[in-house]
Amino acid sequence: MRFRGKLIDIGCIQHFTRVLITIAKLAKMCTLRITPNKLYFILSERVANGGVSIWCELMQGHFFNEYNMEGVNEEANEIFLELPPENLVRAMKTAQSAKSVKIKLTKKHSPCLTFEVEQPSLSSHSRTVVHDIPVHIIPRRLWDEFDEPEMPDFDISIYMPNARVLRNVVDRMKNLSNFVSISANQNGAMRVKVEADQVTVETHFKDLEYPTWSGPSDIGQRSRNRDPAEFVEARIDIRRLAQFLSGQQVNPSKIICNIVDTRVVHFFLLHDDVSLQYFMPAISL
Amino acid sequence: MSLSTQESDEDSNYVLVARLDNARTMANILKAVHFKDTAIIFASQNGLKVTVEDAKCVQANAFLQASLFQEFVIREDQVTFKVNLTVLLDCLNIFGTSQVGGVMTALKLCYTGYGNPICLLLEENGVLTDCSLTTQDPEETLDFNFSSTNVINKIIMKSECLKEAFSELDMTSEVLQILMSPDKPHFRLSTFGSAGSSHSDFPKESDMMESFQCEKTQSNRYKISLLKPSVKALMLSSRISLRMDRRGFLSMQYMIKTDDGQVCFVEYFCAPDEMEEIDEDACS
Repeated sequence: MRFRGKLIDIGCIQHFTRVLITIAKLAKMCTLRITPNKLYFILSERVANGGVSIWCELMQGHFFNEYNMEGVNEEANEIFLELPPENLVRAMKTAQSAKSVKIKLTKKHSPCLTFEVEQPSLSSHSRTVVHDIPVHIIPRRLWDEFDEPEMPDFDISIYMPNARVLRNVVDRMKNLSNFVSISANQNGAMRVKVEADQVTVETHFKDLEYPTWSGPSDIGQRSRNRDPAEFVEARIDIRRLAQFLSGQQVNPSKIICNIVDTRVVHFFLLHDDVSLQYFMPAISL
Repeated sequence: MSLSTQESDEDSNYVLVARLDNARTMANILKAVHFKDTAIIFASQNGLKVTVEDAKCVQANAFLQASLFQEFVIREDQVTFKVNLTVLLDCLNIFGTSQVGGVMTALKLCYTGYGNPICLLLEENGVLTDCSLTTQDPEETLDFNFSSTNVINKIIMKSECLKEAFSELDMTSEVLQILMSPDKPHFRLSTFGSAGSSHSDFPKESDMMESFQCEKTQSNRYKISLLKPSVKALMLSSRISLRMDRRGFLSMQYMIKTDDGQVCFVEYFCAPDEMEEIDEDACS
């Protein structure tokens, strides 16, 4: 097993850091999957802990100037590591004006991801900061647990409203209840609602747009036979939603929200070379 | 004006309808009295009075006069109800507390009467939020029996200089002692904390003093934990009037300028801490 990558462009270094920050805000532990073309950050929580899952893909070619990897064997040319993403953020924070960042899988006392950050220097001596982040190597037999979550057959797929407005609204609603209901219809309307003993608050967004799915044709089939004015709804953990809205630093121009009635809300961020999917299971009353 | 007060059919079901172009104005004033979860709201032709009390010793009133609202219709002499102020503030601030790019949140507040929730309709940039907030039976509020005829000492000053003094109060002290006197040091705030005592003096010749009418030396102690919440009002205010009556009861009135240039008032009443001392003061 070998892995070695090098980032040189400062824009790439900063962008990579922002992706890591986003992941770290959402999960304490995650799985890093390394394949020849892509890096994946994966979280699949057990139902008892909330049951959310995250699937984040990065095209390595957009970030790394050098990238070499060798998996477990030729048939399974991949590496799965378990690590706290916060540690990666800390390592990358020292690299915000770096000349280069080398990331290597090393064996010190235990398996580590080693970050070698070459700092700018006025003299001819180079200054390097090295971070060793202990990681846990996930054995081949457990890889099945980290399959890409299946795209559910959505009842509705709609673009989210303005992120700043929604974030403000959800942040306030968070004080009022632990759960939030998100509903949308095919007339461009989305409702965000909390209900508590003392208060019911509902925010209505209108004139939202719809993504045109180029994916498998079965997506959206469930919505075809539905009255466009009818709302589909799912109730989710408001803290996790607030965390997602305020924590994401990828800042795509648009976020897609997919809802399976009373079952799941799926957020999909697509930004050039990064895609992030966030699945939040619905919580029944 | 006649147009805006014209009633639409749906509005005639309500005993109270109030419209405000900038919901943050109301949120700001309410924040000045937000030191307990619940508040009692009195509505009359004059506007809204929002009362918050604690420990039967301190009372804060925020006045939102009818002219502050773009529309204010009330169909009964007085409408009174109790609400959760924390929740009300969260509703008013649903689109955030800071104004971005001069966008205002418009508010319509409606109440159908006893036993019903109050409805808030907020709108910003075409996004609509409706809130339905349960009301409870109002409790009797304290009557401090504070009348200007019994006032012995009165000071009006700019809030500025008190802001620092109040925000840096030594909270290890149990009481804040306020001295008002025709003689030096005129106006003194004292604390007696674990690290020692501290005094802040404000001479009557100070630029900050706008009016100084003190007849007799009065020095009273107030529980610092009860006075501390008034800092919220102080911070928003431009002027403050401090009055002490014969019994040592304290009245603090704050003049607050809203974003659209109107003036609102918030007042705090506080009972003195030590009853014995008051008796002495009253006799001397």
